[in-house]
Amino acid sequence: MSDFVIENRIWSPEETLPRDRLEALQLERLREAVRRASQVPFYREAFARTGITPESMRSLDDVRRLPMTTKNDMREHYPLGLLAVGRDKLARIHGSSGTTGKPTFVAYTADDLRLWADLCARFLVAGGLQPGHLVHIAFGYGLFTGGFGLHYGVERVGAAVLPASAGNTPRQIMLLKDLQADALVCTPSYALNIAEVMRGEGEDPRTLNLKVAHFGGEPWTEDMRREIESELGLLAFNNYGLSEVIGPGVSGECAARSGMHFQEDHFLVECLDPATLEPVPDGTQGELVITALTKQAMPVIRYRTRDIASLDGSPCPCGRTGVRMSRVVGRTDDLLIVRGANVFPSQIEEALLRVDGTAPHYLIEVDRPGHLDEVTVHVEMRPQFFSDRMSQIQALHDRIAKAIHAVAGIRVNVNLVDPQTLERSAGKARRVIDHRRDKGLI
Amino acid sequence: MKIKQLSVFLENKPGQLSHPCRVLADAGINIVTLSLADTQQFGILRVIVRQWQEGLDALKAAGCVVNVTDVVAVEVPDRPGGLAAILEAIEKAGMNLEYMYAFTIRSGDKAVLVFRFEDPDAAIHRLQTAGIDVVDGVELYKRTD
Repeated sequence: MSDFVIENRIWSPEETLPRDRLEALQLERLREAVRRASQVPFYREAFARTGITPESMRSLDDVRRLPMTTKNDMREHYPLGLLAVGRDKLARIHGSSGTTGKPTFVAYTADDLRLWADLCARFLVAGGLQPGHLVHIAFGYGLFTGGFGLHYGVERVGAAVLPASAGNTPRQIMLLKDLQADALVCTPSYALNIAEVMRGEGEDPRTLNLKVAHFGGEPWTEDMRREIESELGLLAFNNYGLSEVIGPGVSGECAARSGMHFQEDHFLVECLDPATLEPVPDGTQGELVITALTKQAMPVIRYRTRDIASLDGSPCPCGRTGVRMSRVVGRTDDLLIVRGANVFPSQIEEALLRVDGTAPHYLIEVDRPGHLDEVTVHVEMRPQFFSDRMSQIQALHDRIAKAIHAVAGIRVNVNLVDPQTLERSAGKARRVIDHRRDKGLI
Repeated sequence: MKIKQLSVFLENKPGQLSHPCRVLADAGINIVTLSLADTQQFGILRVIVRQWQEGLDALKAAGCVVNVTDVVAVEVPDRPGGLAAILEAIEKAGMNLEYMYAFTIRSGDKAVLVFRFEDPDAAIHRLQTAGIDVVDGVELYKRTD
């Protein structure tokens, strides 16, 4: 951990609005969002079918009468069929990577970009960024919203940006050492990769000047936070967002680091049981469904994020009144059903981090060779835990299998592999290979 | 009197054994003897090479997980009961033998075995006290020339 002390600075007064005033603002903005969405044929037709008008939104609960938007709806309106403004009003287009080959595009007006920078500035300041800091951004600059989103947020705060972009770890390390960046922005697994490469070169990652890091882009765990903080000697903050809604800046952690405050003046969030689509109580995991209240170019109504998290509406000592969301514990589409048991890859990761001697790099392979599902977890061996004695490695192997059984409730085959052989990526690491899908069994 | 052994972690997939052997070959290092321990899930290759430091560096540079262990080389009479007598002496002395394997070289009418003890220094002392010949590295490698 770092000696750096985070002051509780609040960027926008809206972040601390009393709940009643916040909810009144949300209702007013929800009506405007419905009005703007009516400019999009997809929404206009859906609203017409159920008699939705801006005025029919009488309370925030009425959001549940609105139709939902899925990733598939976005694909079907490829490339820009969900615009609420003319193309001449656009200031930028981003896209999210698609598993089907084509990206999903999202568009911004100049006002949208100003809002986005402001939302990023909010969580950056909440997480200790100060004017005068230098921020090393190792997110890809391109269609992905991470690089540019954080870039303009950092500038808005009055700090300096080093747009290092993704990849070429030795060069990233050279830049971090030579330019003495105060803050790091990347995926958490890439931060671990930087530390690992430095250690491999006999260098101490703690000698870098980094004080804070703002991580996003992939799910991670509390154990991983501890590891990153001790390896790199910094304070790590989590933030959340997705391009379909705006990009990073939907929610972010404050100094209390007990959940990410939703920017509720701009986003209405629901947490629903993914099967029944009924709301779940605070503290219960469900799928986040988000309505963008103020976005102009591409309004999005009740977007099904497929991200599983829980919400906490209790007051936070930092004074922000936005409801706090937990880490994303999984994706509705990552959920592996193995021999009838629900398993999230994050549970396997949590188990691995509890066993000394394993790296947080892993790959889950699921197959059904006969009638039964089989799971193999590939885990990298760490040189310091290798022994010439069979019994010692067998014991490590068994500890891993037991830990996974304890956390995830399933028996798995463990396969120890050479270090540095599992995929690391600057973007989202591929953690699951499901052969059952390739075989058409699921 | 101790000899350095290099142990290499082997993943359970085809071609895993040839990789470290190729690395040593390319470094111009001859394997004096080796032993392979494996389970269904992974394996350990244990090798004795004369230039163990160079071997260690080459294997590490090639991305292998490798460590160095002290082992003891013992001369065993090459006749029925030769090994049994030595193992009995080891048992009697209460020494913990982790594993053992043979050298390809012989010393006259004697075979040479590699023993891995928990405490190699104490083991050497007790073996010598029991009149068992322990071969040191210099002597051992001379015979491989």
